[in-house]
Amino acid sequence: MSETLLDVQDLNVSFPSRGGVTQAVRHVNFTLGRERLGVVGESGSGKSTMGRALLGLTPRPGIVSAKKMTFDGENLLDCSESDWQRLRGRRMTMVTQDPKYSLNPVMGIGQQIGETCRLHLGANAAEARRRTLSMLEAVQIRDPDRVYNLYPHELSGGMGQRAMIAMMLVAEPDLLIADEPTSALDVTVQNEVLRILDDLVRDRGMGLIFISHNLTVVSSFCDRILVMYGGKIMEECKASELHRAKHPYTRALIAAAPSLEVTHKELATVTRDPAWLA
Amino acid sequence: MITVSDLNVIFRSGGRAMHAVRDVSINVDPGETFGIVGESGSGKSSVLRAIAGLIESTSASFLINGAPASGKRSRDNSRLMQMVFQDPYGSLHPRQTVDSILREALIIHDFDNQDDRILKAIADVGLSLQHRYRYPHQLSGGQRQRVAIARALILSPSILLLDEPTSALDVSVQAEILNLLARLRQTYDLTSILVSHDLAVVAHLCSRIAVMQFGRIVEVISAGDLREGKAQESYTRELIAASRGFSRAQ
Amino acid sequence: MTAASQQSLTQWLESDTPASSRQALAGNVYRGTRSIVSNPAALAGLIIVALLIVMAVMAPHLARGISPIEQNLSNRLHAPDTAHWFGTDELGRDIYARTLYGARVTIAMVLLVSVIVGPIGLAVGTLAGFLGGWMDALLMRITDIFLAFPRLVLALAFAAALGPGIENAVIAISLTAWPPYARIARAETVTIAKSDFIAAAKMLGASTWRILFKHIVPLCLSSVIVRLTLDMAGIILTAAGLGFLGLGAQPPTTEWGAMVSAGREVILDQWWVATIPGIAIFVVSLGFNLLGDGLRDVFDPKSV
Repeated sequence: MSETLLDVQDLNVSFPSRGGVTQAVRHVNFTLGRERLGVVGESGSGKSTMGRALLGLTPRPGIVSAKKMTFDGENLLDCSESDWQRLRGRRMTMVTQDPKYSLNPVMGIGQQIGETCRLHLGANAAEARRRTLSMLEAVQIRDPDRVYNLYPHELSGGMGQRAMIAMMLVAEPDLLIADEPTSALDVTVQNEVLRILDDLVRDRGMGLIFISHNLTVVSSFCDRILVMYGGKIMEECKASELHRAKHPYTRALIAAAPSLEVTHKELATVTRDPAWLA
Repeated sequence: MITVSDLNVIFRSGGRAMHAVRDVSINVDPGETFGIVGESGSGKSSVLRAIAGLIESTSASFLINGAPASGKRSRDNSRLMQMVFQDPYGSLHPRQTVDSILREALIIHDFDNQDDRILKAIADVGLSLQHRYRYPHQLSGGQRQRVAIARALILSPSILLLDEPTSALDVSVQAEILNLLARLRQTYDLTSILVSHDLAVVAHLCSRIAVMQFGRIVEVISAGDLREGKAQESYTRELIAASRGFSRAQ
Repeated sequence: MTAASQQSLTQWLESDTPASSRQALAGNVYRGTRSIVSNPAALAGLIIVALLIVMAVMAPHLARGISPIEQNLSNRLHAPDTAHWFGTDELGRDIYARTLYGARVTIAMVLLVSVIVGPIGLAVGTLAGFLGGWMDALLMRITDIFLAFPRLVLALAFAAALGPGIENAVIAISLTAWPPYARIARAETVTIAKSDFIAAAKMLGASTWRILFKHIVPLCLSSVIVRLTLDMAGIILTAAGLGFLGLGAQPPTTEWGAMVSAGREVILDQWWVATIPGIAIFVVSLGFNLLGDGLRDVFDPKSV
């Protein structure tokens, strides 16, 4: 728990365009150990952009700058594309919302996961197959031999997401960035996938950044939470202490969501204070 | 107000038939907001679209206000029942301004005083004059949904069908839209059916809720019982537990 | 226009709170035009097409009064010089003037074909895509039948049956050119028909015609326009081919394809007779191609 995986200081991501420069991420500071960090925000808050910047996946013409951005001591700001390719998949990886977009539709599941093994672990075909099957079992897919030969479109939402998790974790990375991993799933399936993620992250001692717009899920799954708005971090707190959040935006976000526990005649709406963006 | 018995919806494509809705019976009282909740594939949206007359269905009986409803779209139907769709980005024509979207309803039904009615509709949903001639891509998600609601209400229907109206919106925007819907149903004494996958949203707005799974209604529960977890069926209990967030206890 | 009034016009066009439908539409057109102008390929294509139109319209002025059909047999096959910028052809006619006047025929044919082919393709395609069922099958089989005809061969058959001339050439080209547009329109319509805004229109009680005309056709229009501009190069070449075979515009009307044909025999010694109109055909085809590419980029092809 004491080892720092990620150290980010004053991270900024901006996108120049014809109409001016859009600051998507501003002055973000945080550290991540082998723990679960939740990043919560609404659309446009910059949470996904930040996640991608950590993996060097900022699309052009985005510009990433920071005072410091290191992963396990290695300076990410200096990374060339080949450095990134060495890190991505093997040491740090990302799981996104829709497996339709990250799984290759013309390759079988087993083949894709096996490819990761061969690329990053230098495994031969037999070893890759063995690791793939054991990974599919680890994500609780009951008949891994059958699923090995299926194509992504033949999998249901929850299965597809588990296949993607299998693919991303088979090379045993230290850091996982999950960007809305369960947002497209039914709520009962969501919990199954979260439990699998929970077990894997805990057993392998990984660091996890869980990006989501869903405060309920993040506060119940993560250890610490960052609340983002307008590219900046509004608040950082322990998940267990969310109800004692101090920043008005966080409190407004909590109050705005309808809940089964409390009946409201009217839901609280968020009055945006321009001072938050200053 | 709305009574449907034994509603069935079967989708046929290429020789295969998918039974999306099986023998669903629903009873909605005048002025009530009735909720239908379920996960994907439960058939909840199909029930709504069948009632709206957008898809083919069969039923033992289908009464609206005591009179048999044809289940097909017609101009009279449009004055009686309107729908708000899930995706604010897909439910407005990309090449039409807010003004022409609202005006179309009035033109089809030969209403007079079109400008006045449009201004009133815009004000009703909390938009301002500066939005009137914007195109959908110049509006935010919440604003688009307000336009969709304005379009649904400009013909003064008595029944409003809501298909996941806030699922695609941020939490803060969702709060505004839910408040708007609550206010409007009061002002216009609307009877509504709200479909959602989100138990909290449905419990917030509805008095009675039907829980659907695999095309059938599992149970009909009151909002109060739902909040207290007093469900009779195990699936409902599962759904309630899952909605409370992630728990490590198995 | 003063700087101040120019700026306020720009502000009016770029305003994100238009105060009338006119302003909203004008703003849209303005933004579209800016996109086209900022794309180098589209701009180049636009300039070429504009030049073509200018050539056609201003031909008498640009030709400095020289007639394209006046023969001067003592001056035949003269090389390009200051008197005759592009030289003279086998009958002593000034090629520069003929090239300018030939643009008129080219534009006329392209416009006529577009005006026939676009609406027919749209009508057939949107009807088929929206109504589905047996209507869809029927219309698409009819489309397939017309698609099966090779363009030039049908044109030859028409010319043989009805006699040569621009009108028959236009009809012949149109008959074989419309099927792809029906297919494009149908494919787009099938996707659009599943949208929620179409369902909303149905909920409002809109008739099928209203939905087709006001909702579906405007969305198919951009694909059809892009395809038309890309096709124009082909149409120009087919028309030139027909002219080359003597089936298009008849003398004394000047037409580029016929000019190329006439210059065939002397191409080795008097290259300008066939090459100049050939270059004209090439440049105009290229212009339409570039414009079509640019329009396709502008009309947001990434979202379909």
